[in-house]
Amino acid sequence: MADETMSAHGLHAQAGAMESAWEGGGSPYAVGSKKLGMWLFIVSDAITFSALLVAYSYVRVASSLWPRPFESASIINATVMTGVLLSSSLTMVMAVRESKRDAVSKTVVWLLATAAGGILFDILHIREWLGLIHEGVRLFANPWGTPLFGAAFFSLTGLHMTHVTIGVVYLIVVALGFRRSKYSAEDVEVSGLYWHFVDLVWMFIFPLVYLMSAKLA
Amino acid sequence: MVFFVLTTVPQSGFGNFALPIQIGAEDMAFPRLNMLSFWTTFVGMAVLLSTFFISDGPPLSGWTSYPPLSAIGKATGPGEGLGQTLWIVSIAIFCVGSLLGSLNFIATTLDLRARGLSLMRLPLTCWAWFITAVLMLLSFAVLFAAGVLLLLDRVGGTSFFIPAGLVVNDQMVNHAGGSPLLWQHLFWFFGHPEVYVAILPGMGITSHVISTFSRKPIFGYKAMVYAMCSIGFLGFMVWGHHMFVSGMSPYSAFAFSVLTMAIAVPSAIKTFNWIGTMIGGKLRLATPMLFAIGFVSLFITGGLSGIFLGQPALDLTLHDSYFVIAHFHMVMGVAAIFGMFAGTYFWFPKATGRMMNEALGKAHFWLTFVGAYGIFMPMHYLGLEGHPRRFSALTGVDFLNSPHLIHLHEFMTVSAFVTAGAQLIFLYNLVYSWLRGPKASVNPWEATTLEWTVPSPPPFDNFAGRHPVIHRYPYEFSVPGAASDYIMQDAPEETKAK
Repeated sequence: MADETMSAHGLHAQAGAMESAWEGGGSPYAVGSKKLGMWLFIVSDAITFSALLVAYSYVRVASSLWPRPFESASIINATVMTGVLLSSSLTMVMAVRESKRDAVSKTVVWLLATAAGGILFDILHIREWLGLIHEGVRLFANPWGTPLFGAAFFSLTGLHMTHVTIGVVYLIVVALGFRRSKYSAEDVEVSGLYWHFVDLVWMFIFPLVYLMSAKLA
Repeated sequence: MVFFVLTTVPQSGFGNFALPIQIGAEDMAFPRLNMLSFWTTFVGMAVLLSTFFISDGPPLSGWTSYPPLSAIGKATGPGEGLGQTLWIVSIAIFCVGSLLGSLNFIATTLDLRARGLSLMRLPLTCWAWFITAVLMLLSFAVLFAAGVLLLLDRVGGTSFFIPAGLVVNDQMVNHAGGSPLLWQHLFWFFGHPEVYVAILPGMGITSHVISTFSRKPIFGYKAMVYAMCSIGFLGFMVWGHHMFVSGMSPYSAFAFSVLTMAIAVPSAIKTFNWIGTMIGGKLRLATPMLFAIGFVSLFITGGLSGIFLGQPALDLTLHDSYFVIAHFHMVMGVAAIFGMFAGTYFWFPKATGRMMNEALGKAHFWLTFVGAYGIFMPMHYLGLEGHPRRFSALTGVDFLNSPHLIHLHEFMTVSAFVTAGAQLIFLYNLVYSWLRGPKASVNPWEATTLEWTVPSPPPFDNFAGRHPVIHRYPYEFSVPGAASDYIMQDAPEETKAK
């Protein structure tokens, strides 16, 4: 299918600039089907997260006493996690850049570095979960107030953690496949889109779930 | 019915067959993803059907599955145990299948069109599938999130949708803090676009068929496209009209009501354009055309009652009555199914290489058409008389036991049996024609779009290695001065008579 698209691009280029990108015979703005497919998946997934965030906001506003249990140690931990995830986006950018230059081993190293960032994020996250569970936070109860606090916290961060974990596996598969020339630079870029999206979702969860539940002195 | 018939057949069924051929592609953009989508949906269906074989029995919450009853499990009675849990799992799997399918449709339509096939030259069927795919992509994601939360409520002990102090069957439910209204918001944010997911492909097929069998270009092609776009767009802003009786600020209800009324404008544009296409045309009343006209008829009848229901004041009375059942079965159920029948009779020769029997087809149409009206028209009246929805037995409501209402029920029951029996004619016609029907030519309906340029049935890669080039708009019928009354979309410009 990829070859087909490429030849279609070729045809289109020959037709010259007179024809608009939307006239058929090629992909508009030369966005291939794979990349478009990933963008569409991201749109849909973003809506799933939005629905969860709306649900979280809804129950939070509807509850008279929403707990704000996070002390500065928790906030610092979450900030470190944010830093790790943001840095992994930077290494992802490097991987995409090197893949465009056909620097295979460098691409693989940057991809694995990105995956390592994801793993570190997961480890920090699970440590934090265990700490909270130790304090008595459950899906259905917590020591501080409305039981929905634990439900919202675990379902939102849990879904995100699932995305990070899937992303780690995805990046490793792409890295190994790219080394064996099974995957192209475009595949690396498409995996980058996913990774940046997962990162972006965290940038909503961090303020809404953590900062807004910080214990005020 | 809503998920595995109305959502799946018109879009994934007809779309997967006809979309790639109509746009001149050899296959969808992601064939493997497509197969994955099919098998995912299949697994979803298998999970749903498995609920018939468990001791609790199948889920009884309907396709809306309103909490708290759907959220608190066995305490609420039969069908609310494992069956309901499996329903959620099934729908979540279905959401994944829909996501894969819809992104495939969008990518295919944007990237794989043949040369010269600009967006404004797409057959209206392709536009309908494209817009439907966008709606699916944006709406099923919300249902998925809502389903995850409902599942957590059932198996994880959370209380997203369960309020405090709930007593069911004399037992206090050990939950607190949630809101059943949250589910309704999330569900209907998905649910209203879902209604258009069911009907839009039918609109596309109807437009396509009416133009072909009227031997006229579709009246107002661009208006049709923009109307479908605005129906899709407005569909995301009217979810509140399903919740007028759930308790809502009158100001919100007013806003939802106005937006709901606004949908009548593009719907009317489409209806008038269908009628305008037929006026002055050389009508060929073959079976696909009859079902397309039936679609228009049902869409008008069901749409008009929608205007009543869009008024919050009227809706408070009518909402939980048979009136609503009549409304949505007309407009979303039977109309969408008529779209499927039109599509089946229309594309059957292409898919199998054989024609269906016209006499049986016409008998099937008239019995189904009259039968469907016979079932659902009296329901409006029953609803106005106060007959409630969702009751299995009506004891103690004597006003519903008056003879004239009982006779209406009897009439509806007879109509239902006649309509169901008529479907046997269809099944017989389908199987018999498939095996023994007369051979179909390449273009038996003398239609203009690309699927009628390839052999019946089409080769594996649709065009046998050929790359069609498009020179024309999709509905060039009765062009003045042309040799025949139709010109194929890939006919070169030179043959156009001046």
